[in-house]
Amino acid sequence: MTALFAVTVGVLYAAGLYLVMRRSVVKLVMGLALLGHAANLLIFTMGRLSRDGAPIVAAGAERLVPPHADPVPQALVLTAIVIGFGVQAFALVLVKRAHRETGTDDLDALRSTDS
Amino acid sequence: MKALVVLPVLVPLATAIACLALRPWRAAGRAASVLGALVHLLVAAALLHRVDGAGIQVMQMGGWAAPYGISLVADLLAAIMVTLTGVTGLAVAVYSLGSIDAGREDHGYHPLFHVLLMGVSMAFLTGDLFNLYVAFEVMLMASFVLLSLGGERAQLEGSVKYVTLNLFSSAVFLAAVGVLYGVAGTLNMADLALAVQRGTAPGLVATLACLFLVAFGIKAAVFPLFFWLPASYHTPPVAVSALFAGLLTKVGVYALVRAFTLVFTGDTAFTHGLILAIAVLTMVTGVLGAAAQFEFRRVLSFHIVSQIGYMVLGLGLFTPLALAGTVFYLIHHIVVKTNLFLVAGIVKRLGGTLDLGSLGGLYRRRPALALLFLVPAFSLAGIPPLSGFWGKLVLVKAGLDSGHYAVTATALGVSLLTLFSMTKLWNEAFWKELPEESAVAAAPVPWTLLGPVVALAAITVAVGLGAGPVFDLASRAAAQLADPSQYVRAVLGEGARP
Repeated sequence: MTALFAVTVGVLYAAGLYLVMRRSVVKLVMGLALLGHAANLLIFTMGRLSRDGAPIVAAGAERLVPPHADPVPQALVLTAIVIGFGVQAFALVLVKRAHRETGTDDLDALRSTDS
Repeated sequence: MKALVVLPVLVPLATAIACLALRPWRAAGRAASVLGALVHLLVAAALLHRVDGAGIQVMQMGGWAAPYGISLVADLLAAIMVTLTGVTGLAVAVYSLGSIDAGREDHGYHPLFHVLLMGVSMAFLTGDLFNLYVAFEVMLMASFVLLSLGGERAQLEGSVKYVTLNLFSSAVFLAAVGVLYGVAGTLNMADLALAVQRGTAPGLVATLACLFLVAFGIKAAVFPLFFWLPASYHTPPVAVSALFAGLLTKVGVYALVRAFTLVFTGDTAFTHGLILAIAVLTMVTGVLGAAAQFEFRRVLSFHIVSQIGYMVLGLGLFTPLALAGTVFYLIHHIVVKTNLFLVAGIVKRLGGTLDLGSLGGLYRRRPALALLFLVPAFSLAGIPPLSGFWGKLVLVKAGLDSGHYAVTATALGVSLLTLFSMTKLWNEAFWKELPEESAVAAAPVPWTLLGPVVALAAITVAVGLGAGPVFDLASRAAAQLADPSQYVRAVLGEGARP
């Protein structure tokens, strides 16, 4: 299972990086979103994948009985997803405004502030 | 008074909420913004005073003991940085009153301003790596909107580049955090320091150190990751530029210093050698880039990059004296760089442009302003007795002591080129005759613009003349950085052992 997740993370990174390097602004935003997803999935996988091990102390027991899942990476991923959602929403609006203002989605045309 | 540690985060949050609630009444919102910035400075100064007297202050959020909860930690470096945030925040908040147009104020300039201060303060105070990511995102989100607020074409173009590279940096940071958690099983920085000392997966830790170097390096705008900075910092209103120039890249520098003095100290020959090389290249490319520019704020933007090199240089040398130099340089640079941008704003108001070719004659018409420009400009170039001279002196001494002669020589050469750039600004904007087709506004400059510039110039002179006490403070901060066990014991309790 971990191998499958690892390959998925790798594919997401590859696709994200490819899109980020395209000239189209829309593809750039998509690429950034994929990079964010790749990082989230990476954290999830790094927390060790396991089934049927909810990290809840059973009634009457003093401590957690292993094997149990690590809840911290999942909490991290949840936080990162929420932040990523907000940031990507902003990026989309920014791209839309930039397109309306400049009339192009070609990154090579957005160079007036470079020199 | 453990709560003092969290107040520099809570005060800007409360101010942002108040400003948001007061949006229908512009005057009240402006008053709340300045008042909030003032209170922020006061609590930050109180925190610095307390940390200097009573040692590292720690607060465990929600009462969950470290390493399970989120710790807020104020050591001397963090307290100094928060205080500088307060100084910059107050100066720019006052400056904003006279320079931000009504449209931007109505669309939430003041609340965003304080959210940015909150994110910056949290980044300085947090003792948890994931919380640092959250602080970065809070800060970035506010900076994204402040940068693009107003929707001018140049702003939007600059924002696309700024947003892209900062989001990329965040993705790298997040991935590094995730893998580090998988390796060490903790994200509390003190606990991480212990885990790395125990020698957990040294190869993977070295790789992670490089990932963090890239993530923080983009934020700090070091070579070769700085291109977003000169492409965006000259596009928003001057008050926003000044705030960004003073604080945002320094958060990246702070994160580098924190990570590479506390956690990644296992293989310093590799990591700090790499940082030293990056520092030299950053200094040189920044100053050469500035030499090629002919717009006031773009010259200053490239100088931010160059100056970041000096701060990172101290980290790369990694001796207590060099770290003290880094801390001193941070104190000096934040004040001076903010001030230079604020002066640029006044120049723009008087001359109507920041293109050096169309400016001129300001010395004859506004001699007092010319003097106010000279104080931070000379300080940046390192002319004694101003603050920049002492910062460079300490770094040069540290470089010579540790035998890095070529590096030291480069730093001195870059300093000379900085003087060349500042002379260019002086000649073009102040000294030369006003070009035929240009004019200088005759209206007096309001006190809201002049006040912060005068105050920051006074701080620069005071830090220069009173360099002894400031350097002692920086040395004490560096001593804490050089001995991470103090930080670890303060967070995890006296019994913490690797």
